[in-house]
Amino acid sequence: MNAFAPNPTNETFVLNLGPQHPATHGVLRIKLVMDGEYVVEAEPVLGYIHRMHEKMGENRTWAQFMPNTGRMDYLHALAYNHNFACIVERAAGIEVPERAEFIRVITSELNRISSHLLWFGAFILDLGGFSPLLYAFDDREQILDLLETVTGSRLTYCYFRFGGVYNDIDENFEAGARAFVARMRERMPMYHALVTKNIILMKRLTDIGHVPAEMCRKYGATGPVARGAGIDFDVRKHEPFSIYPRFDFDIPVYHEADSMARYMVRMDEIEQSLRIIEQALGAMPEGPVMAEKVPKTLKPPKGDYYHAVETARGSFGIRAVSDGTNTPWRLKLRTPSYSNLIVFGEAARGMLLPDALALLGSLDLVIPEIDR
Amino acid sequence: MDTDAITRPLEAVPTTAVKTVDYKARGFHLEVSVSPQHLRDVVTVLDRTGFFIETITGVDWLGEKAALRKEAEAAAAAKAKAAAAKAAKAAEEASAEVSTEESPAPKAEKAPAPVAAPEAPKQPEVPQTDDLEAVYDFNRYDTLFRVAVRVRVPRDTPEIPTISEIYPAAHWHEREARDFFGFTFAGHPYMVPLLLPEDADFHPLRKDFTA
Repeated sequence: MNAFAPNPTNETFVLNLGPQHPATHGVLRIKLVMDGEYVVEAEPVLGYIHRMHEKMGENRTWAQFMPNTGRMDYLHALAYNHNFACIVERAAGIEVPERAEFIRVITSELNRISSHLLWFGAFILDLGGFSPLLYAFDDREQILDLLETVTGSRLTYCYFRFGGVYNDIDENFEAGARAFVARMRERMPMYHALVTKNIILMKRLTDIGHVPAEMCRKYGATGPVARGAGIDFDVRKHEPFSIYPRFDFDIPVYHEADSMARYMVRMDEIEQSLRIIEQALGAMPEGPVMAEKVPKTLKPPKGDYYHAVETARGSFGIRAVSDGTNTPWRLKLRTPSYSNLIVFGEAARGMLLPDALALLGSLDLVIPEIDR
Repeated sequence: MDTDAITRPLEAVPTTAVKTVDYKARGFHLEVSVSPQHLRDVVTVLDRTGFFIETITGVDWLGEKAALRKEAEAAAAAKAKAAAAKAAKAAEEASAEVSTEESPAPKAEKAPAPVAAPEAPKQPEVPQTDDLEAVYDFNRYDTLFRVAVRVRVPRDTPEIPTISEIYPAAHWHEREARDFFGFTFAGHPYMVPLLLPEDADFHPLRKDFTA
């Protein structure tokens, strides 16, 4: 595995991938030391879109930081909203009405599917297949339209509030979500027939790009990267938050630890998210969507708090330190792609360049979330 | 899971203080404070027992010592005031017994005498420099158990040994913590800025940083 013939002259050259390379989906740069077509060393260079969200958190009130959360992982912004809402609710002891929890779960699972669909299209595009992107974007468009009606935006959502959500959903949204679940169920077999069982895709992904379980542990990789390596770890089951324990869903785990395993985990997760949405729509209670007694100026008690959620890319954690005033003393944002990308330096060693790019795509990176 | 199996080897490391935390309210289970010299021993224990690393970060406690001093002073002052009031009351009672014509001046002279005495030794207890705290977050894949390891170092000499040979992920986390806070991770093999520009000589998350 990952072995290559010794180079008789020991000559290497440096190849600069990025910062604008399309295969990196954003401004990531990777410095590659190459031996012919083989990667000898890979060093990701970060910081091209670093905005210092953590400092911004320290000079605005707790509530004013909410829009920032949607601008880190712009593909699964609602999970980031969710985590920040949860940690403040934990610190300040705010109860969330049941209906709001249901809306949170439904919208964030829809958002997870849209994130996986974009990854799916872009990943196949990396590998040289163009048309799946068009199909995936067609489906993703349905979700964006749906979410736009309740959240008011299409990408960088700021929909959750401390103690609930900003807007109630109506029958149109519910009907639209039901229609989407039915539609997506019909589309999945087509995706599998068109893409998963494609012999070129299988040859590009199977047994290539190994990220084994022990490597995941040493680097703190989570999400589909860990689940593709046989680690049964999903924050929704492992450290249940919101009302996830009420739903019946499975955590897809594959043991091959190759690019194909990570691909399969995400494809299966789309189906599991559909199951959650369907159950949540069926059990939707009536009632308010905002807690009644949320103070205007929020001052969580002194101390530090941790809360994590499962985003489309893995475990996103916030460590918040409150000094008892209305602005956070410190907000640490532990983003999943960051930890998943550290793996790349070791995992890509000895790979062919096109395979290394397939590995990079299979990690599903969102650069603004890494750079923060 | 068996908390004892984790805490026992951690408590065996010198200078550690292991504290169980209310998970429901705070979001993690165990808090381990350790001196920089023994950090690597604690991390080795966590590595051997199968934890994975979540992140490494810092907290700048600028102003903490001043606040403590102020609190101590306020407490001393309150104590002194109470003592003075008591003394004044006692003097008043005494003077009332002796003679009613005496002027209030000697009472005032008597009062400040006990004030100065307890205040003087309070001062040196709180050191002058504030702390920079490094927080290491660990978690497990198999069961839910979060551990936060805390190391405190003075702000002007924030030196901590690297843990990058134990957890290679620390390569990046430590570079980031050094970017933002100016920690010195002794023994780190490749200490160049990660998220800040390569020539950055400022540490934006220090509380006295101004752009």
